[in-house]
Amino acid sequence: MSHPTPPGHAAPAGHGDDAVHHGTLRGYLTGFVLAAILTIIPFWLVMGHVLDNRWLTISIVLALAVVQILVHIIYFLHLDAHSEGGWNLMAFIFTVVLVVIVLGASIWVMYNENANMMPMPMQHPYQSK
Amino acid sequence: MPEATPHRAHVWDVLFGRLTLDSLPFLKPDLEGRIVLATLVVVLLLGVAILGLVTKKRLWGYLWREWFTSVDHKKLGIMYMILGTVMLLRGFSDAIMMRAQQAYAFGPHMGYLPPEHYDQIFTAHGAIMIFFVAMAYIVGLMNYVMPLQIGARDVAFPFLNNLSFWFTFWGAILFMVSLFVGDFSTAGWLGYPPVSELQQGPGVDYYIWGLQLSGVGTLLTGVNFVTTILKMRAPGMSMMKMPVFSWTTLCTSGLIIATFPVLTATLFLLSLDRYLGTHFFTTGFGGNVMMYINLIWVWGHPEVYILILPIFGVYSEIVPTFSGKPLFGYSSMVYATAAIMILSYLVWLHHFFTMGSGADVNSFFSLTTMMISIPTGVKIFNWLFTMYRGRVRFTVPMLWTMGFLFTFTIGGMTGVMLSVAPADFLLHNSLFLIAHFHNVIIGGVVFGVFAAVNYWFPKAFGFRLDEFWGKASFWCWLVGFWVAFTPLYIMGLMGVTRRLSHFDNPALQPYFIVAAFGALLIALGILAFIIQIGVSIMRRKAYAVGGDPWNARTLEWSTSSPPPAYNYAFVPNVHERDAWTDMKKHGFRRPLEGFHPIHMPKNTAAGAVIGALSFICCFALVWYIWWLAVASFVGVVAASITHTFNYRRDFHIGADEVRTFEHTGNWQPEAQGANA
Repeated sequence: MSHPTPPGHAAPAGHGDDAVHHGTLRGYLTGFVLAAILTIIPFWLVMGHVLDNRWLTISIVLALAVVQILVHIIYFLHLDAHSEGGWNLMAFIFTVVLVVIVLGASIWVMYNENANMMPMPMQHPYQSK
Repeated sequence: MPEATPHRAHVWDVLFGRLTLDSLPFLKPDLEGRIVLATLVVVLLLGVAILGLVTKKRLWGYLWREWFTSVDHKKLGIMYMILGTVMLLRGFSDAIMMRAQQAYAFGPHMGYLPPEHYDQIFTAHGAIMIFFVAMAYIVGLMNYVMPLQIGARDVAFPFLNNLSFWFTFWGAILFMVSLFVGDFSTAGWLGYPPVSELQQGPGVDYYIWGLQLSGVGTLLTGVNFVTTILKMRAPGMSMMKMPVFSWTTLCTSGLIIATFPVLTATLFLLSLDRYLGTHFFTTGFGGNVMMYINLIWVWGHPEVYILILPIFGVYSEIVPTFSGKPLFGYSSMVYATAAIMILSYLVWLHHFFTMGSGADVNSFFSLTTMMISIPTGVKIFNWLFTMYRGRVRFTVPMLWTMGFLFTFTIGGMTGVMLSVAPADFLLHNSLFLIAHFHNVIIGGVVFGVFAAVNYWFPKAFGFRLDEFWGKASFWCWLVGFWVAFTPLYIMGLMGVTRRLSHFDNPALQPYFIVAAFGALLIALGILAFIIQIGVSIMRRKAYAVGGDPWNARTLEWSTSSPPPAYNYAFVPNVHERDAWTDMKKHGFRRPLEGFHPIHMPKNTAAGAVIGALSFICCFALVWYIWWLAVASFVGVVAASITHTFNYRRDFHIGADEVRTFEHTGNWQPEAQGANA
């Protein structure tokens, strides 16, 4: 069944022949406008004191920040399900999962250990703050 | 350590930092000094003998051109294996010293090692065995086998591969230098603060910079292998047709990329604390010791899976080959590997259940830890079912594999015991834990490395290893392991804690004597392994084999033993899993005409130079020799920039040369498929 192929495929240190996706002017402009809108809304919310509820404001700002990250990734970093045969998206999801696990669980763990094991936070002789 | 002695000239401080004659332990008149002096003499004699032999045989040029500057993944793989073996001897001599001390130091007898020295030994033993033995071995195996298995001619970044090796090598040398110049860390193999913050002197700094060097090397290796597997597989080899060893290499490399930066950052913060007086991990001033322990285990737990996953891959190659059957449950093997890869990220807290995280946190990590035994169990059953009704050939690699199945399963079960948080409150820091992790690391990783060496040695050198000495080594290791660590399990259940250089209770002494006897058996196992290599080299004519001595199933066995620099004259086309079995079934004939020139990467000295300069920089940092640190760091940057201007990076192996090798290389026809 097997038959040889011409050489050249496994040339080391060769640059892949996948064309790198560089985006279009339209894509960049869309990204730019979205990014601007997503920046202006939180700015307006905070500077104009639009909402009375402080925590609601913070939540909206954080939510918009997440959307902002996605806009940057999609329109400026050109991440989609097709680049590099889908491996870029896989690598991105893997990274996000790990970062969430490491940061989230570390905060959770450290919060619990602080709560359980540091009984005198204010009387510590070396507390500098 | 008090810095300035009154009579010392200022210029000495500038030139040598805190390095003084007092830093040389072998000049001290006490027992410890004598031990170090004796070691130094032996090392020097051996070193002079080896260097003299190399000089006499005029091998320096050959070694430099063909090995040190080589970017060939096969040669780098072999160099990693040699590094691992040399460091195994070092790490094992630490182990035998500890066993001897503990067998003797009871009641009025204090043993021959003062506590300070004993602490350095267990720290060095742990760190060396993980970073420079186990890591060197698995990186060596992945380097040698993976590109051959996927039908590639080299890794994606051959120069980077060479650089990685030299970083690892010089990291190991930094650890070795600490034996004779200054002292070593006493803070345990993970360097927990506050001990690692408070210990004066160069010990912890040796530890930090040695690990930083090798850590960078490992990270680059991970990047290299992931790229190689994703981009350079032979045509037709889809991911689900890839050999399991290559799959586990991919998963391990992913883990390396994700976790080694955590190690580097954590050690960097620790070095900031030590060098600049910051307070990341201090007990006061807003620092938090537990943050170090949390971060180091975020790296540390995935690390043990980095070690074991490629070894699972090794067994997944050996079992089908010697059972004469395809691997049972290929897909479940792949999914189990991927599941372990993710789950290994969710269990790190089980290393510090007792540090007060509370019930909810402990329960979560306890459950995830138990869950990870499920995919591992899947793998065990897959290997058993592969053997079931197979025609199992009891070769040396297969013996190691069966020893592994038995030993590792028990180690896994004691691991599940430890994963129960309430039980861990009793077993934490005890000899039970020590027995458990030696059970999985020796019974899993070390057995697997020996299985792999016996399995792939004929591929790498064109002759097989001696069976008798291989079996002797196996039985010494297997029996020695159980004799050495069963007493530790028993004592651990009785509450005996780890890292003690002296015990008051003489009732424990028999257990430690038995354990020391077990360590001696393991020593015989190592000796038998070295004899096995020596004997096989001497009888290499009689032991010569062809390309496929085991009637194996994957692509690496379709090329010559040893393979040519270019691996494959024609990149194979893959249609099925177990590509070589498929090719044999369809009567594959190697083409003997029509060769093309082959494009290959060129050797370069840059890796060796950058590695050596980095070593000097780290040594200078350990001893506060600032001018040398700055100078060598500038040298590293300059050498790296210079290398980017090296345009002579590749060459072509001419079609004639390829043709010559393809006609004279080592393929024996009777070895192909006929061997049973």
